[in-house]
Amino acid sequence: MTDAVITAGHNDETEAQVAERAIDEKACGFWIYLMSDAIIFALLFATFVVTSHNTADEPGGHTLFRFPHTFAETMLLLASSATLGFASVATAARQRWRTLTWLGVTFLLGLGFVAMEVLEFYGMAVAGAGPSRSGFLSAFFTLVGTHGAHVSVGLVWIVLLGCEVGLRGLNPFVASRLYRLGLFWHFLVIVWISIFSVVYLPGIL
Amino acid sequence: MPTSPHGGEVTIKPHLVCVVPALVLTAMPFGLVAAGTLRPTQTLVVIGVAAIAQVVVHLQYFLHLDLKPAPKNKLIALCFVTVMLFILVGGTLWSMFDLNYRMM
Repeated sequence: MTDAVITAGHNDETEAQVAERAIDEKACGFWIYLMSDAIIFALLFATFVVTSHNTADEPGGHTLFRFPHTFAETMLLLASSATLGFASVATAARQRWRTLTWLGVTFLLGLGFVAMEVLEFYGMAVAGAGPSRSGFLSAFFTLVGTHGAHVSVGLVWIVLLGCEVGLRGLNPFVASRLYRLGLFWHFLVIVWISIFSVVYLPGIL
Repeated sequence: MPTSPHGGEVTIKPHLVCVVPALVLTAMPFGLVAAGTLRPTQTLVVIGVAAIAQVVVHLQYFLHLDLKPAPKNKLIALCFVTVMLFILVGGTLWSMFDLNYRMM
């Protein structure tokens, strides 16, 4: 990713204005990406709801999902949303090390979430309830797995951005990347709220 | 946008303000499912309402979404709709043809 973007036809702008416009445009573009991602998740939710009863006479969510596990995952993600918010506050206050600290905490919380999800998937697969077992399980693994993949990418992003903050400090472009990371992460937490409300809790009920 | 890179007044308070309703709106459906006091349909309604409320809370406090009109970008909106239709129509055709193939 380069910092300088789309400057043709605006020759009378100052450098700061150019930078601000570039950052605005990136934020807008990232919103559009998030909306397209929202459509993908919406379709996966629709698929899940359609197939949620097609368990092929195998165990459904009631026996497969574990309440404390889901609750712990939810708490990890909610906490990570808050700590990333703290990181953005530290960034706005130009506090580099506090930004790094909160990014680190967010990374650990996110890593905990992904680890719990991998454990859950592994446990289900070992118990013979893998994605090929039934339509319900196919849709479940696709939906929750897609979300988990997104969170994993977010973790990589946090590490890379942490390196950049550490090496380059908090210039406006780095700060704007942190802002977009925040959009991405909070969006994923919103998707998880939908997942535990549509997949896990009705399954356990 | 309090956390925008363009500066402005920024405090930690709105994030703390958000965490409280988020926790309450999470604890409520989880608590009801654990307790099992209500009938399933009633519990499902509560889960749905709490989820929608929590999404709104997150959009407002974490993603800083508001209803101010933005002057931007008919072209980008158009491109977005194109991509959206491509995903929806293409994905539907793909899955339905695949379903057909598997049902044969």
